[in-house]
This record gives sequence, C-alpha cells and structure tokens, in this order.
Amino acid sequence: MMNDLSSQSENILLQCSAINKEFSGVKANSNVSITVGKSQIHALLGENGAGKSTLVKIIYGLLQPDSGTMRFSDAEYAPKSPKDARELGVGMVFQHFSLFEPLSAFDNILLGLDKNIDVKSLREEVKTLSESYGLEVNLSSYIGDLSAGERQRVEIIRALLQKPKLLIMDEPTSVLTPFECEKLFKTLKKLASEGTSILYISHKLKEISFLCDTASVLRKGELIGEYDPKKMTAKALGELMVGQTLSQPKRPSATKKKNRVLSVSMAEVKPDTQFGVTLKNINFDVHQSEILGLGGVAGNGQEELMQLITGERIDRSIDIKYLDSNIQLLNPHKRRELGMAFAPEERLGHSAVGSLSLSENSLITDPKKRFQTNLGFIDFDELRNYTESVIEKFNVKTTGAQAVASSLSGGNLQKFVVGREVGQRPSLLVVNQPTWGVDALSAANIREAIVEIANSGAAVILISQDLDELLEISNKVAFLTNGLLSIPTETKNIKSSEIGALMGGLRAGETI
Amino acid sequence: MIQLIPRENVSPVLSLLGPLFSIGFTMLIGGILFYFLGVDPFAAIKMIFWDPLMSETFSTYSIPQIFIKGAPLILIALGLSVGFKANIWNIGAEGQYIMGAIFGASFALSLYPLESAFIFPLMVFIGIAGGCLWSLIPAILKIRFNVNEILVSLMLVYVAEQILALASLGFLRNPDGAGFPGSRNLSQYPSASNSELILGTGIHLGVVLSLFMIVFFYILFFRHSLGFKIKLLGSSPKAYSFSGQNPNKLIFICLTLSGGLAGLAGIMEVAGPAGQINIDFNVGYGFTAIIVAFLGRLNPIGILFAGLVMALTYVGGELTQFMLNLPAAAIQLFQGMLLFFLLSFDLFVYYKIRLRGN
Repeated sequence: MMNDLSSQSENILLQCSAINKEFSGVKANSNVSITVGKSQIHALLGENGAGKSTLVKIIYGLLQPDSGTMRFSDAEYAPKSPKDARELGVGMVFQHFSLFEPLSAFDNILLGLDKNIDVKSLREEVKTLSESYGLEVNLSSYIGDLSAGERQRVEIIRALLQKPKLLIMDEPTSVLTPFECEKLFKTLKKLASEGTSILYISHKLKEISFLCDTASVLRKGELIGEYDPKKMTAKALGELMVGQTLSQPKRPSATKKKNRVLSVSMAEVKPDTQFGVTLKNINFDVHQSEILGLGGVAGNGQEELMQLITGERIDRSIDIKYLDSNIQLLNPHKRRELGMAFAPEERLGHSAVGSLSLSENSLITDPKKRFQTNLGFIDFDELRNYTESVIEKFNVKTTGAQAVASSLSGGNLQKFVVGREVGQRPSLLVVNQPTWGVDALSAANIREAIVEIANSGAAVILISQDLDELLEISNKVAFLTNGLLSIPTETKNIKSSEIGALMGGLRAGETI
Repeated sequence: MIQLIPRENVSPVLSLLGPLFSIGFTMLIGGILFYFLGVDPFAAIKMIFWDPLMSETFSTYSIPQIFIKGAPLILIALGLSVGFKANIWNIGAEGQYIMGAIFGASFALSLYPLESAFIFPLMVFIGIAGGCLWSLIPAILKIRFNVNEILVSLMLVYVAEQILALASLGFLRNPDGAGFPGSRNLSQYPSASNSELILGTGIHLGVVLSLFMIVFFYILFFRHSLGFKIKLLGSSPKAYSFSGQNPNKLIFICLTLSGGLAGLAGIMEVAGPAGQINIDFNVGYGFTAIIVAFLGRLNPIGILFAGLVMALTYVGGELTQFMLNLPAAAIQLFQGMLLFFLLSFDLFVYYKIRLRGN
C-alpha cells in the first residue's frame, strides 16, 4: 500500500513537505514530511514532546509553520485558523477537551458548529451519529457531570458532524473500554471505507497494529520513518518511538499471607452530583505488597469511589478500615497522616495546581510536615530538595522546581504527582488512571514505580481503564460497572474471554 | 473577532506597569472631567498629586495627613488581601471599621473619667474584637448555610451606619455636649487617647502598627504554611480539599482577620485623628481599601505604596475642594476610576489580545 502512494498522486489527500516549527529555540518540528492517502488510517507515533501535537496543530490551522508547505485535496493548503481547516474538510478531536462545563452536551455540540443549523434536525442527526457509531451520550447532561470518556464522545460526535475528509484523532481510545474501542475502530474503518482519511495519534501500539495502514514515527521533532504497523511488533514500534528499549514491569510476586491494609465495604452510596453514579455493594480488601486493580470505563463510579477512599467525601454509612482502625470520618489530611497516599485522575486543579510551582505543589500533600517547622513556617530548602529529588528520580522533564505545573506536559506532570506521593513512602497508595494520556515511556516509568512500592511492602489500589496495564501489574482485579463492583479475582486465573463479561457487569463465575 | 488568550507567564514588569498606567490614565481622564467642571485640569492634578508633598504652603499640613489617612487604608487593605487571595470577598470592611470604633469607644467612655494604664490596651483589644464580631456574621452564615459573604458583609455596612447614628445621637452622646450629636472627645481623655507619637508628624500608634502589619503579612504570605493554604484555596478549591484541610477553618480565619484589622483601624481613628464617635465618622476607608488592596496587587509591599497613593488623593482631593471648589464627589469618582483602569489594564497584563479577521 505504501509503495503505491508515491506512484499514485491522485490517491493523496494531504501532503506535508519539510515542515519546520520552532518555539523559542526548540525545534518542535524539523523538516517533517508526511503523506496521508485517501481512505487511509495513518498513525502518528511519538513520545510526548516528539512534535506530534505541533504537526497536527499546523494541519488543523492552530499554528502556522515557520517554513514548509502543505497540499490538501490537490490544492495549496495553508489554513490560518481551525475554521479555515474545518471549511476545507479537516476535523479534529483533541485529547484535552474544549467543552464548556456548565452547558449540556447538546449545547456544546451546537456551539461547535460553524454554520447555523435547525436544532431539531441537528438533534436527530446527533442521535443517528451516536447510535451508528456507538457513541452513547446523555445529550441533556451537563458536561461538568460527565466523565472523561463521555466528554470525549461528545467531541467525536462534534467532529463527525462536520463530515470531514480528514479526521485527526488525538489519543481517542485512552478513555474507552475494549468493547467501545472495537466499536470505535469499526466506526473509523467504516469512515475510512467511505473515503475519510484518519490521522490517528496514539501511544497504544497494539491498536495501531490492528487499525492503521501506515505509521509515521516522530522522535524529538524529526520524522524517523514510515512503517507498516501490521508487519511490525508493538515492542519494535515502541522502541523506534522511544529510541531505547522499554522495560516491562512485572506484577509483585505473590508471597505468603500478608496483613490486610485497607478494607472497604458499602451497601449503597448515592452520588452528590446530579449525574453521578450510585455505588452499590462494593466490598474489597487490599493487603501488603499487593496491587488491587479496579477496572472498568471511567464514569462507572471510579471518581465517586476514589473520593470516598481519599476522604474528600465523608459518608457515615460506609465501612472503611485502615489497618483495623475505622477511618470513615477522617479527612484526606488525617488519612495521609496514617500513611495513605492518593493520586486522583485529574491532574490540573485537583492533585496539582497549574499556577503554582512544582515546589508549591509538593506542599499540597505534606502529611508528615516535612517541609514545615514547628511553628508552621515553610522550610524552603527541604521543599526544594524533595521536589528536585522527585524530578530527578522520576525523570520529569522540566526547567526545575520553580517551574509552574501548567508548563509541564501531561505525562511529565503525572510522573511528578505519582512521584510526589510515592516519595511519602506510604503504606497504601491509591491511584486513579495513572497513565491516562501519558506517553509510553512515562507510563512504563509510572507502572514501574507502582510495582516497586508494592514490592517494598505497600498496598496499592490501581484504578485504571487500561486493561493491559491492569493485567500486567495487578495481583487481583475487579471491575466497576454502573457503580457495581465485581468480586476481586486473582489476575492469573482470569481467562481473557471472561473479561468482556466481567466488564459488562457480570460477576466472576457467572455465564452469559 | 477579538480573542483573549491567557498569558502563560505574566511578566513582573507588566504586572507592575498596570497600576502605574492606571494612575496615569486616571490623571488623564480625571483631568478631562475637571475641565468640564470648569477647573483648570493641570492645576487640579498638580494639587492632588504634587502640592500635598511639595508645596511649602500645604505640605506641613498635608504630609502628616497622608500618614493619618494612609494608616487605616493600609491596615484594612492588608486584612482584605488575605481573604481576596483565598477568593473570600469581604466587602464590608467599612462596617467592621465602624463597629471597631463603637466597641472600643463605648468601653473607654463607660469608664470616663477613670484614668488607668489598662484602659488604652483594653480599648484597642475590644475595638479589634468589635470588628471581628461584625465579620463573624458573614463568616458563620457562609460556613453554616453557604450564604454569599459579599452580600452579607456589604449589607452589614448599612446596619453598622445605623448603629453609628444611634450611638452618636443616643447611648454615646456627650452629656456635656449641649445636645449636639457625637460622643465625648477621646483625645481629651488621656487614658484613651491615641495621640501623636512625634508631635506634628501625624504619626500615631496606628501608623506604626500598619507598618508592623506589612512585615507580618509579608512573612505570612511568603514564608508561612498558612499563607500557602490561603493561596491554594484561592487557586483551586478542589486541590485544597484534596490537600485535606477544612476550608471552613480558612473562611473563618480570613474573615475574622480582615474584620479585626478593620476594627483596629476604626479604634485607632476614633481615639486619634477623629477623636469622637459621630454620625459622619466613617469616610469610606473600608471601601477605598478594596481599591488599595487590588492596586497593591494583594502584596503587602504593594499595599504600602498603594495606600500612600490613595491617601494622597484624599488629601489632595480635600485641597482641591477648598482651593478650587471641586465637589467631593468628583474626588470619589477619581478614586473609583483608579480601580476601573486597574482592572481594565489587568486584562492586558493577564491576557494576550488577538485580532482576527472574519
């Protein structure tokens, strides 16, 4: 297929030639040339900071290249804005959503359109689209109450409404279940067969092998080459992208009987937001040196469960014991004092604050008052030392402890947050979606850190919708579906054929 | 179409230029206003900003007045800045200032004519408590019932003004005052008088305390974990609750601190420069201090300078009133413009403006 492209110029939809883009001395794109054929699903692979985002932003008109030319549909193409790009037939679904939280999903879709359109027929169109492409969304829900997964579905619908010739997808599957991924892949393949080209950015190498016709690999702003992902192993592609060999962390070795660290038991907990999920019959224990994986698609009660475990939400009806003491009334700070540590899903504005420096972000969770004197004065030397040690140990790419958190890429900030929590040497670590939107190398680092702290004796609760991650490093897994948790099962005993059913809400042992 | 794009890094130079530019623009537009009021704009601007400091005729009176008017502005603005940093909006410092004065003065006058070294410190303490008490009302309502503190604190200003009228005409009225409204003059009651520390300079205890408080708040904001918590709550309530602290505690601290400082300013004023409780005791320091807090960028050092500039406009404004017959309202308008332009320029400080053809 690739060989055909060069000879058949009429099959080319988008051609970028020698694109250069520099940001204050840093070459984000250096002589990058890629060609996307008609009806092609073209993967763009690369680490965070490899220049993928810059390239697609140039294609989508958000950035203008310093030099280089583009052709689209056999014409010169130099969009000045995303509006230009959309008019010419380029659509994009971003990794970070551009949605208004206080508005409903439908209003967001309406607002995203460039042309005026009849509201009724739009509603019909949206319904058909979402049904045929498996993008279920409650259209009247406020975005603020939707999970990351649902928000992304809104974005995808919005882009598809424009009927683009080229659809750019930035990490689209990072929030979907395997079932939904399959549905999405069907959608994308259907779109491609109908003539739409797709530029597909992802770190998930397996799905690229499955889905894409061609993969362009970027590293440090340069194009490494174009490959046929169907003919290469995921590991080989990953190593091309990272430029070094990737480690594969192993789950903590199951050992003799260990002490129970946390036990959670609840009959029913109603949500505190209008569109939240009611948690029902949730019972699990986690022991020393054990990673308990809680799988399932985001928006099925993960956020609600996390808040009850951290103590950000207090509910008297639940039974939550930490090392045999009842902690149901303790706030997050008191729970940390006992040795718990948390890394919630949302990084900016929850576990970290964008406008504060990394040092100040270290101060957010300081249960043992390591950075404070007895009178509450801040020990800036200690704080900087700790922050720098986290930056160094977790290979966080930043200008230093004084850099504001919002200047870090998602993956780097997540490494910092996980590093900050792990650095407290907790007895229990609870992480929610630790590798969501994080590049492969950072994700591998984070998993390694999680396994390492479990090996050193801590209990870990890993809430993740990345099935590979769960099966790779957790000792036991359970799945959350509509607020119901399946019974935790030893990971090694799970048959891959059972997983779909477990995620679909069945309990282990039940049959379809 | 005009697009506003938040700046990733706000330049400190630009951030400093904002207040300076807003002062410049206020002079310009204020000058035009003065022109239409039939006053020579250059003379008026010069009289507001220059004469109080430099003119031989006025400066011996004006410079002490700047300290006298700057001290309450700085004290109140410092207290307000704590809350503003945490997104807690106490708009009613004027009321807390009045209540501080009434509480302290009532205590001292109830002991008149007893002379004792304990009266003054106790009076100051009770004055602070009066301010705290008045700000506790919005604090408790917010904590218990989630009532908006902006409305409650603002409404309580008008309640405090009625109590002030009641005090001046009723329970604090000077029995030897031939029926005129107003209390006894505290400056003529040695045990309760907040007199000038150095004669003729205008420097009284309140001025010294305001300088002391600048240092105190500087350390609080930049060296102490409480200052960090305040900043964290203001930056992201969700991150604050993730850090595990109870925001109600901080709401309580921020509101009582600002109320207490307004009360301190009130008792210092009534026992010193004002001398007595009277119907026209409050002149709007509590509201002007909001401008001072923002003009000073919620930074204690900035508030020092902003407070002095604002005091200058008060003193200079008075000069223009009796020298050029400018109405008092023109000077209030002038001060209001300062905040208006500051907020306008902040748009350029914090955002990039992109024009886009459409």
